[in-house]
Amino acid sequence: MRLFKNANYDFLRWRWHAVALSWVVIIAGIAVIATKGLPRGIEFAGGTGVVAEFDREPSVEAVRDALNRNYQFGGQDAIVQSYGNPGSRQVMVRVPQVGAEQGTDLATVSAAVEGALRKDANLGTFTIVKREIVSPSVSGQLQSKGIWAFVLSLIGILAYITFRFQLSFAVGAVVATLHDILVTVAFLAFFQYDMTLNIIAAILTVTGYSTNDTIVIFDRVRENLRSHRRDSLNDIINRSINQTLGRTVLTAGTTLLSAIALYVFGGEVLRGFSFTMIVGIVTGTYSSVFVAAAIVTFWRRKQVRPSSAAPSAPAEASAQKQGRKPRRARAS
Amino acid sequence: MMKNVRWRVALTVAVIALSVWAFYPLDKKLNLGLDLKGGVHLVLRVQTDDALRSETETTVERLRSSLSRAGVQYTKLEATAADEFRVEGLSNDDAFRTAAAADAESVFDRNSGAGGYTYKIKPNVANQLREETVAQALQTIERRVNELGVAEPVIARQGADQILVELPGVSDVARAKSLISSTAVLQFRLVENGPFPTQEAALDSVNKVLPADSEILPGRQEAASSGSPTPATGFYIVKKVSVVTGNELRSASPGLDQFNRPAVQFTLKQDAAVRFGTFTQTNIGKPLGIILDKRVMSVATIQDRIVDNGQINGITRDEMQNLVITLKSGALPASLTYLEEQTIGPSLGEDSIRSGVTASIVGLAATTLFMLLYYRLSGVNAIVALVCNLIILLGLMAYVGFTMTLPGIAGFVLTMGIGVDSNVLIFERIKEELDLGRGVRASINAGFSRVFLTLLDTHISALIAAAFLFQFGTGPIRGFALTLTIGLISNLFTSTFVSKTLFELVLGRRQQVAALSI
Repeated sequence: MRLFKNANYDFLRWRWHAVALSWVVIIAGIAVIATKGLPRGIEFAGGTGVVAEFDREPSVEAVRDALNRNYQFGGQDAIVQSYGNPGSRQVMVRVPQVGAEQGTDLATVSAAVEGALRKDANLGTFTIVKREIVSPSVSGQLQSKGIWAFVLSLIGILAYITFRFQLSFAVGAVVATLHDILVTVAFLAFFQYDMTLNIIAAILTVTGYSTNDTIVIFDRVRENLRSHRRDSLNDIINRSINQTLGRTVLTAGTTLLSAIALYVFGGEVLRGFSFTMIVGIVTGTYSSVFVAAAIVTFWRRKQVRPSSAAPSAPAEASAQKQGRKPRRARAS
Repeated sequence: MMKNVRWRVALTVAVIALSVWAFYPLDKKLNLGLDLKGGVHLVLRVQTDDALRSETETTVERLRSSLSRAGVQYTKLEATAADEFRVEGLSNDDAFRTAAAADAESVFDRNSGAGGYTYKIKPNVANQLREETVAQALQTIERRVNELGVAEPVIARQGADQILVELPGVSDVARAKSLISSTAVLQFRLVENGPFPTQEAALDSVNKVLPADSEILPGRQEAASSGSPTPATGFYIVKKVSVVTGNELRSASPGLDQFNRPAVQFTLKQDAAVRFGTFTQTNIGKPLGIILDKRVMSVATIQDRIVDNGQINGITRDEMQNLVITLKSGALPASLTYLEEQTIGPSLGEDSIRSGVTASIVGLAATTLFMLLYYRLSGVNAIVALVCNLIILLGLMAYVGFTMTLPGIAGFVLTMGIGVDSNVLIFERIKEELDLGRGVRASINAGFSRVFLTLLDTHISALIAAAFLFQFGTGPIRGFALTLTIGLISNLFTSTFVSKTLFELVLGRRQQVAALSI
């Protein structure tokens, strides 16, 4: 069996359309974040979360009612949702932290929530299977740590690819990765997933994973630059993408299989994580094909233009001149 | 050629055997994280300001007594912040400076201000004090948790002033928390007067002016459980100076008082006992208070000279047990506040394990099916390599003693997807070489050798991201970063070395190979 045998698509022709599409998604994401906001999970927002497992199937409405009536700090701000797989009879209640920073009293809120539920006889008996209490001071610290982790890993990848290939390739790979992160966050905003530590972990994993496809394509570009010195850079990039298209789609497919298995069977805690991975894998493949190479051609042309004698010279000619460079720069 | 293959097979089998030995049986050898096992996860902040405040207050007290000995008058001498005190209206500046040089200036920086001086703790001393406080708090918590008898607890420092405590299998969160965070500062001080029903009443009794060497402390709280003796809560005026402190206890043990109520018996260390003996002898007839964490636990009139033992009574049985633990483990140098608390019930952990295992099986089955359909017999090769990868991953996790968490299971499942990618790249390259008309053996060799550098690049860039992920994360996320990292490394071995060995094993004896099932 063979996927994309002798594929010959002109990917570079569509690159600006692709870039436009990406911008549409990213701007839509920003718009959603600006209007609806990115819901923050308990680790980032602070607060108290309680998961109660009832003896009989509870109704989310009834739990909310009980909170409105009996919860002393006001049930209006409470988030109530069913938890776990259908039939697990679990409900999660999340409320903001009251009297934050008074450390020893951290548990009073969760006790108040439990008390409010216990007061309502209609709900039946329940046991608390999970209790999470986070004071807001921890969450601020986590945010800056998370952002640093992104920035540093991007710099690390930039440095590594510059070392193994050259700067223009590294810029292409890092822009593609940045693109993947933005698109992934946009999708998280569309579907209003809570930003949790697990999701941050998934996004960081996408950061590492999405460069993989890009590297495979770049590797082929490097090889073709060496064996087809006379062709234009655009032709070489197009040919390289086509030659590797089968494996790009296949490798994404196998990883996607695992991520989907996690999404469907991995349980409530991992749902946001696996959703992020699925989006990240798809956009990572897309960006490797459409974004990364486009950035390489753009970056190189920009670099060449000032030194070029005739500004009207065809772009391909200047790219061709550049095409020889990697051979000298690279020894492998 | 054959000898080479034999050596490769031997190495592969040895690695797999070692891995299986390391993780079998899985439920005993693999550490499970709190999110899978159930338990309590706590993050505490050490209020290091407490240590500075107590240093400042001690210095102020010391200076006061020096000044009164030297006959120096002042209008104001008091702590103005945790790390700062101020003195004003001095009658004799030179005498004060001599006293301050001896009592304060090794620790405090002096600033002259209008009408007096402000003393502030030196920055390096403050840092050292904070550092010591956190280290000491960590040790004390360790001792207390050990007394609790929890299996495999985690007590670790996190950042500058935070302490992480993980107690697997503990369900009584409230008790664990109060045990860990009660400062347990035990003091013996003379009681001037009391009890008064309110703080105001206590102040009224001294005409609103509290002597400088005294303070008002509340009495003990009402015991929570009913039926136990609950002495009235009140307020006492007590001396600030403590005769003996909890650090000078030799032992503490549960016992009964003369009315058969629970009590904590304690004995004092030798030099404290001598001091206590003289003190009680000269103060016969006066009331002595036992003060725990700034609460007057009990007041008794000194009947006779007490040497080295005593008891704390008027407490419930639970309180008695907790008190013995906290007294034995020593006082905390500063108070603690809870920043984060997470309790996971054991049933939830079991659910997580179950869904993780299901996801792993489904993921493996889907990958196997896909590889067999697309690559036919060569797909078997990739799946064998993949299974080897997973075995090595589990083996290393168990051998090094890493903890498996729920995100770790996610890392395990993702390793399947990412792991098989390497073989896809190699097989696609082999196909390409075959298309160019190369022989089977030559194509396989070219496929493996040409893709190896690419694989190295992709794996290293993924490892860079995983390393920063590890840096960023706590507990569960670290578990994920670890499985991902180990999975990537072992994958490089299985997808190139093991998979190549399998090809050679199959093709080995045949001289001419016409076709490859790929």
